[in-house]
Amino acid sequence: MTVHDPIDVEVIRKDFPLLTRTVHDRPIVYLDSASSSLQPRQVLAAMDHYYETTHANVHRGVYATAEGATELYEGARRKVGRFIGAPDPKREIVFTKNATEALNLVANSWGRSNLAKGDVVVLTEMEHHANLVPWLMLAESIGLSLRYLPIDGQGRLDLSDLDRIVDGAKVVALSAMSNVLGTINPVPTIAEAAHRAGAVVVVDGAQSVPHLPTNVTTLGADFLAFSAHKMEGPTGIGVLWGRAELLAAMPPFLGGGGMILDVSLEGFTPAEPPWRFEAGTPPIAEAVGLAAAVDYLTGVGMEHIVAHERLITTYAIEALHERLGPDCTIFGPPPGGDRGGVLSLAYRDVHAHDLAQVLDQFGVCVRPGHHCAKPLMRKLGVTATARASIGLYNDERDIDTLIEGLNHVGTVFG
Amino acid sequence: MPGLEDLYREIILDHYRSPRNRGELPSPPAHRVEGFNPLCGDEVVVSLDVADGQLRDIKLAGSGCSISQSSGSLMSAAVKGKPIDEVRELIRVFKTMMSVHEASLGDDRTTGAEDSPAEPEPVDVSKLGELAALQGVVKFPVRIKCATLSWNALTQGLDELASA
Ligand SMILES: Cc1ncc(COP(=O)(O)O)c(C=O)c1O
Repeated sequence: MTVHDPIDVEVIRKDFPLLTRTVHDRPIVYLDSASSSLQPRQVLAAMDHYYETTHANVHRGVYATAEGATELYEGARRKVGRFIGAPDPKREIVFTKNATEALNLVANSWGRSNLAKGDVVVLTEMEHHANLVPWLMLAESIGLSLRYLPIDGQGRLDLSDLDRIVDGAKVVALSAMSNVLGTINPVPTIAEAAHRAGAVVVVDGAQSVPHLPTNVTTLGADFLAFSAHKMEGPTGIGVLWGRAELLAAMPPFLGGGGMILDVSLEGFTPAEPPWRFEAGTPPIAEAVGLAAAVDYLTGVGMEHIVAHERLITTYAIEALHERLGPDCTIFGPPPGGDRGGVLSLAYRDVHAHDLAQVLDQFGVCVRPGHHCAKPLMRKLGVTATARASIGLYNDERDIDTLIEGLNHVGTVFG
Repeated sequence: MPGLEDLYREIILDHYRSPRNRGELPSPPAHRVEGFNPLCGDEVVVSLDVADGQLRDIKLAGSGCSISQSSGSLMSAAVKGKPIDEVRELIRVFKTMMSVHEASLGDDRTTGAEDSPAEPEPVDVSKLGELAALQGVVKFPVRIKCATLSWNALTQGLDELASA
């Protein structure tokens, strides 16, 4: 059975200037979108246009360009809010530096004002360090009790003990999609159990928001963090969505200009959310770029992106198995509805660094290493994998080149 | 453009496949140092048996890529049984080779070379014997840290012994 691909990759690829370059005299094969995606020219043009016509600091001046910049910046906020189904897009989107900062904001601002010694925080064994270290830091400072949802042999969360693990928890923080295994976690099910137990649900959407339609209400999230640079947007800007009443009760995270209502020599009154959490000059051009990225993704259609990436992911898993057999191990679940396009690979006993080095000669960009998930790597029994990750601009030929490169690894390392 | 053959020389692959001086020495009496590359998770454990100004024995354990493993194996073969000052000199020459200035790479790429001296002194690779096979690594700047992992651990171990 052939499944119809709703995306015309040839057309999409023309939007991404970086895909026209060559590496070692071969066309670039970009398979590292989980690390950072490429940007379409529409995003680059929006940022250029902003700098060329409208740049000024926001929330300050009364002149035309300052108003224009403020409107673009606040317009980006509303657009991003609508993209993830935020009930109150104007007030619930906080712009940060990246997903990591968004998660640190939650752990520090919400965490320090709502958690005390001995409180239970539930994480999972597959968390990125960004959703692990901030909680470990908080635990070190105030004495939390950390529990972990385990993973099973196929790289899915084992939920058989879910109710017992979340019982009494104040926070359940988990990634919606693993950046190592590609597993798409059943966040709504976990959030329901967490809420029954009275916990707040923090979702790391760094991998899910770029690749799956997102609605914070159906997810059951109380907070959602993600980064623009993994969703065809620029580096330097990330997002924290938080439920309005939670944000309203939180103290500021960073202090400075822009986040206050009033300041005296004795003290200060913080501004309302989201501005309370945006100290200093924000990433304005980046917000413009992020808004253009949202337009781009919406234009292609998130449903189409899911369908296309699932086709390529399935093709990749099947082709790797068929053509490389037992030489190649793919970590994570088999193709299916809970399988995203992140393929952590091992080839024979060749180290991931060496794999990536040989693949580079074929123009193939994959990431070797622990992918900022060392506890998970330990659980998988490896120190590093080579990770190939799929974006909307990848096609079957990219996978074929990956396999050609892997075959050559066999030749070099015998 | 550097090719794979610059990196994966036959000697390197040989030391990767059959590493010399593999294992650990009982510690104590041997001195044990761990080296760690946080970037890729490579680990090396160097055990040193030093007496009367001589590195009497050395063993390496740990795991990592072909470059870190073969560099450690080549190092162990080169320093085992040598007087400490000769070992120190070899470390210096090797580290200099690994820190060549980009100008001497023959192209305009910037290197991630460690401790790049402003004026690189020429390296007499003839002093290095088989270790010269690792010369190609400098053309792949991100791999330099792999090649120097066990050397840094060895240096640390010798420093610790000297100040003990
Ligand atoms: C699951 C997950 N969470 C968080 C992050 C952190 O993203 P950033 O580095 O943009 O803050 C990443 C990306 O590296 C990720 O994959």
